[in-house]
Amino acid sequence: MESVELSRYLTMLTLSVHVIYATLGVGVPIMITLAHWLGLKRNDEQYLLLARRWARGYVITVAVGVVTGTAIALQLALLWPKFMEFAGQLVALPLFMETFAFFFEAIFLGIYLYTSDRFKNPKHHFYLLIPVVLGAAMSALFITSVNAFMNAPQGFALVDGQLTNIQPLLAMFNPAMPTKVAHVVASAYMTTAFILASIAAFHMLRGNRHEYHRKALALTMKVALIFSIATALVGDLSGKYLAEYQPEKLAAAEWHFETEGEAPLVLYGVLTETNEVKYAIKIPYALSFLVHSNFSGVVTGLNDIPEEYHPPYEIHYLFDTMVTIGIWLTTLSFAYCVALWRGWKIIQSKVFRILLVASGPLAMVAIEAGWWFTEVGRQPWIMRGFMKTAEGATDSPDVGLMLIAFAILYAILLVGTAVVLIRMFKNNPVEKELEMATDEQRSEAK
Amino acid sequence: MTIEIVGISVLWLFLFGYVIVASIDFGAGFFNASTIVTKKNHIVNSVIQRYLSPVWEITNVFLVFFFIGMIGFFPSTAYYFGTVLLIPISISIILLALRGSYYAFGTYGTKGHKGYTLMYGVTGVLIPASLSTALIVSQGGFIRETATGSIALDYLALFTSPFAWSIVLLSLVSVLFISASFLAYYSNVAQDYEALKLFRRYTWLWSFPTMVTALGIIIEMRWHNPAHFEGLISLWWVFLLSFICFLESLWLLKKGKYGKSFIFVVLQFAFAFYGYGVSRYPYILYPYITIYDGFTNETMAYALITVFIFGLMLLLPSLYLVFKLFIMNKPYIRKGKA
Repeated sequence: MESVELSRYLTMLTLSVHVIYATLGVGVPIMITLAHWLGLKRNDEQYLLLARRWARGYVITVAVGVVTGTAIALQLALLWPKFMEFAGQLVALPLFMETFAFFFEAIFLGIYLYTSDRFKNPKHHFYLLIPVVLGAAMSALFITSVNAFMNAPQGFALVDGQLTNIQPLLAMFNPAMPTKVAHVVASAYMTTAFILASIAAFHMLRGNRHEYHRKALALTMKVALIFSIATALVGDLSGKYLAEYQPEKLAAAEWHFETEGEAPLVLYGVLTETNEVKYAIKIPYALSFLVHSNFSGVVTGLNDIPEEYHPPYEIHYLFDTMVTIGIWLTTLSFAYCVALWRGWKIIQSKVFRILLVASGPLAMVAIEAGWWFTEVGRQPWIMRGFMKTAEGATDSPDVGLMLIAFAILYAILLVGTAVVLIRMFKNNPVEKELEMATDEQRSEAK
Repeated sequence: MTIEIVGISVLWLFLFGYVIVASIDFGAGFFNASTIVTKKNHIVNSVIQRYLSPVWEITNVFLVFFFIGMIGFFPSTAYYFGTVLLIPISISIILLALRGSYYAFGTYGTKGHKGYTLMYGVTGVLIPASLSTALIVSQGGFIRETATGSIALDYLALFTSPFAWSIVLLSLVSVLFISASFLAYYSNVAQDYEALKLFRRYTWLWSFPTMVTALGIIIEMRWHNPAHFEGLISLWWVFLLSFICFLESLWLLKKGKYGKSFIFVVLQFAFAFYGYGVSRYPYILYPYITIYDGFTNETMAYALITVFIFGLMLLLPSLYLVFKLFIMNKPYIRKGKA
């Protein structure tokens, strides 16, 4: 295999691992903040414990997130030296700002974790979470804007191979940026909420009747519903963005070959070698409607785009996976919240709880599928319209070796995280911690 | 002062920051692991844990900072260093990843796991060695052109070069020296006198090898890169100041003024580090990239410097807060005593 292929696989591997931790890194702080805030407001020890336990697990995921993040930061230059040489002059600003945001978050997270007993007024300790939440969201914003730039480069002119008229802010606030950032942040909050809900549902499925888990599930599912809806709405805007700026990606995702009005939406199915769509569900007019908000809008098809710029048609499956999971999870969280509100017993059934346990992993699958879709969907470009992926890659012969080394490393990290997290909470159940907390209060009262 | 100089000075500052905080961290891990082997772990364990827990994340950020800043200010370094250093830097990343995660696993997960602690110590000395390859390569003489017109690292030249090995050696001993000096100060504040005794001894132990290897490198430079050697000689007074700070720090160590002694250790390295940096002017990668032809466009440079200033206004107070709460906070440090 050539270096460019291997470099693509290694980058994909690193990012696929990193995105698991990064998603939690963006999402968990806001959940800790909510639980901590509810605990203070209602003077409820259980919510405070929830915040503490989430924070404790969060430290582990942050640690691995930091190291995989360092890996991708350095790999960008190691695997794509020519690309970084070129793009470094254009996107250095958001990259630089991302490190500041991350630094800010790291500092305050450290302070938050180690000062729970330092403040006389518990609210002061709570306020430390604000910079953590902000830092997490800002670093997502800046780094996503770099990725958006690769999809929709602007803010410079290329004259005879020389970069001129560079406008860093324009490069940062490119057309892809608003929808991308909003989709990334909303889906990170959504996924984290489902992951934490899975944990609570798992304990209840195992027969634990403690009120702590019920509170955790109710809180996380409400947050999950809000951000599922937000993610879907932004996802729709992203589709409209694609139709206008990256029609080849949308057309490949939808297997839309003929440029036409009244375009149908294609769900599932398989593609034959002669580019015929089989076994698919076609919803007439739906694609036109989604893109143009009217049933006859014209949608560009792949046949009008030179074949060398076509993304791989397989991205259709990734797109389907992401959207299907998104819709399913929105329905599930909606059903849960309605049932909770009306007091229906169905959510206490075993089947429903199994569905809840599955929701977190499913959401993470959707995140991976979504990123693969967006990244593979801009092939053959590394910087759409300016640089092909093959032109940006290293020509070092050692990438294959590094791919193996990093695959082993990530396997160790993933298994390690799982083992440590499970052991950490299994050996220290909620009941024990709550008892200890009340004991402490009693002895203080005496 | 030109904007290129401002850019490289900012980067040099990050790199120096990383050298100091990472040295403390790497050395602490090493001492922690070596005391397990010598069964003295109970003496130093609490001091090291108290210091490391709140700050371990911050260390890594300095490195990313330096690196992103480098690509930002000098994009053409991405091509040269990226192409040549794939293997050494990948090894550093893998070691850093194992180290960071195993620290978290060991500290927050299963407390006191010996395997994790040993891993933390071993990686701590290997990382400075693998990272210093970047510094060695930047000195020139280790890049060869391949048949296809590309560039690659000349491993044979690298592994047989006494100059390269001296730099690796210097990075190792100075890590242990800086770390021991800081931990001596820290255990003094913690009133942990047994740990203090140990770290004071380590500081003495590692101080002289640091000086000897540093001098050795200056002499070797004469054959390796005569132009750079001239540069070093013309800045002789900076290195003299560094040496004076070294003597002062040992004097203060003897007098039991550990905080001041550590400050002089930092000054000693600051003089040497900046002296070395200035002496290689104007090269980033000898003889391929200078700070002038590798520099980014002017608009981006001004944008980066603006962000840098705003960023510092945010960071310095936050770092001060960390200092106040953990590093300079006597009750916090002392509570670590079991």
